[in-house]
Amino acid sequence: MPVNVFLVLGMGLAVGFISGMFGIGGGFLMTPLLIFIGVSPAVAVASVSTHIAASSFSGALNYWRRGAIDVALALMLLSAGIIGTATGVWLFTTLRALDQLDLMIGLSYVTLLTLVGAFMIYESVLAELRARKGMPATLRRPGSHNWVHGLPLKLRFKRSKIYVSAIPVWGIGFIIGFAGAMMGIGGGFLLVPMLIYFLRVPTATVIGTSMVLTLVTMASATVMHAATNHLVDAILALILMVGGVVGAQFGARTGQKMRGERLRLLLGILVFMVGMRFAFELVVKPDDLFSIRHVSNL
Amino acid sequence: MRQLWLSAAILVANVQPVLSERLVLSLSNERVQIASNFVGENLVLFGVVEPDPGKTLRDDYDLVVTVAGPREIMRTRRKQRVLGIWVNVGSREFVRVPSYLAVLSSRPVAQIANADTLRRLQLGLDNFLLTQRIGSDLGDTVREDPFRAAFVRLQSEHGLYRQAGDAVKFLTPSVFRVVIPLPANVPTGPFSVDVELFAGGAMIAQSTAALEVIKTGVEQYVADAAGNNGLLYGLLTTLMALLTGWIASVVFRRD
Repeated sequence: MPVNVFLVLGMGLAVGFISGMFGIGGGFLMTPLLIFIGVSPAVAVASVSTHIAASSFSGALNYWRRGAIDVALALMLLSAGIIGTATGVWLFTTLRALDQLDLMIGLSYVTLLTLVGAFMIYESVLAELRARKGMPATLRRPGSHNWVHGLPLKLRFKRSKIYVSAIPVWGIGFIIGFAGAMMGIGGGFLLVPMLIYFLRVPTATVIGTSMVLTLVTMASATVMHAATNHLVDAILALILMVGGVVGAQFGARTGQKMRGERLRLLLGILVFMVGMRFAFELVVKPDDLFSIRHVSNL
Repeated sequence: MRQLWLSAAILVANVQPVLSERLVLSLSNERVQIASNFVGENLVLFGVVEPDPGKTLRDDYDLVVTVAGPREIMRTRRKQRVLGIWVNVGSREFVRVPSYLAVLSSRPVAQIANADTLRRLQLGLDNFLLTQRIGSDLGDTVREDPFRAAFVRLQSEHGLYRQAGDAVKFLTPSVFRVVIPLPANVPTGPFSVDVELFAGGAMIAQSTAALEVIKTGVEQYVADAAGNNGLLYGLLTTLMALLTGWIASVVFRRD
């Protein structure tokens, strides 16, 4: 499909900048942008997986050098993550054969992004208000336990100094692997809050460990999408990667100068707006009610 | 009168074809190569109408050139509003239809022959057989059918289907030239070129040529690998991603 190389490179740079600023993978922005410029949703999802594999590998290496990865926890997440990815690719293939893939990608984005975006905006506005009143900006609940800690099959993760059930670990791994394969997102913006909130993984290891999960699920999603649907566009992915890694370096420097709550509010607004854009696409009458899908050559 | 003449000719020639003219064709390029800088190509088909020895050229020749690309299976979907959102509700599968189809003629096909003849010879986008799966049957529909019309329209918008009633130019009464436009997104594979010569509303000669569109160089390798060896392609792409990530982490190392 003819797409302007410089436009894609520019988008890679812009998304890379944002991802470096917020410390996220940026798949939830990159995939929608590609769809909005006319890349078919299926190809966008598959190729962005490759792009995220590259950026999370680069990040994971940096965290590995600093010893900020909990290998045992990462392996536990991965064991379920790969199953989630395989399930996601299977559902992706099935929906494509039923001509409902684009719709489901759109609906998933609307649901996930508007909910997560609204929650982030709400949280950061509350934090901002608390800061105005001179209270600590973030609520800390040390030692507080929730229902997650009552589950059986408990395991000890020494590096993160946590003692949790394997069930939520597998659950989180599965959800991230599944969403990644279906939607072309690394899931960092979901995974990090989940690990902190449900498993109480400390800040020292949370980002590094989540990057390992993202790396492996996105790499396996690339292989699976290429093997089953033949949808990965290596050239597109390469252009995205080059833009993405360069942009991320500049974004990271900008991000360090900003306050955490302010950053979360901006990210929340961004996430929410992308979700609304998808909702708009679904509701507005398309220019052409008909479309063609290539099934196979003879 | 024309019918009479034709039947008389059949009687005289018995089982021999009635064709009294011969068509000699020559394509400017029989092997179109697609490299990374391919932005489409215009092929030129030259042809000569040769009358039988002892006969003279007529002055009312018409030509229809039909170029068809490799066959494929396509599906046309139609959206409808369901609970406020637009959803693909109906679809129709097009089986063994050409991925590229150009009907190029010296005059609009409707003026060259009557509707029956055009339908029998499948001349023109409206008459070309586009097989569709309808229930358990395979068959073509009328040209007004919404799925067929949408399919032809969308393919035309992509530059893959076209019909031009002024594309064949006669340079002399017997020599003609037609430009076959191949767009940048032209499918690869074998193409057939069917040329029909008409005079006075009847087909009097027919000839065919063939061409092939192939990808060359890196494009060929990437396309082949993605299509035929998906697993290997996926593994190599992942390796490329890891390499890029590693290079980035080394280049931008901050410690």
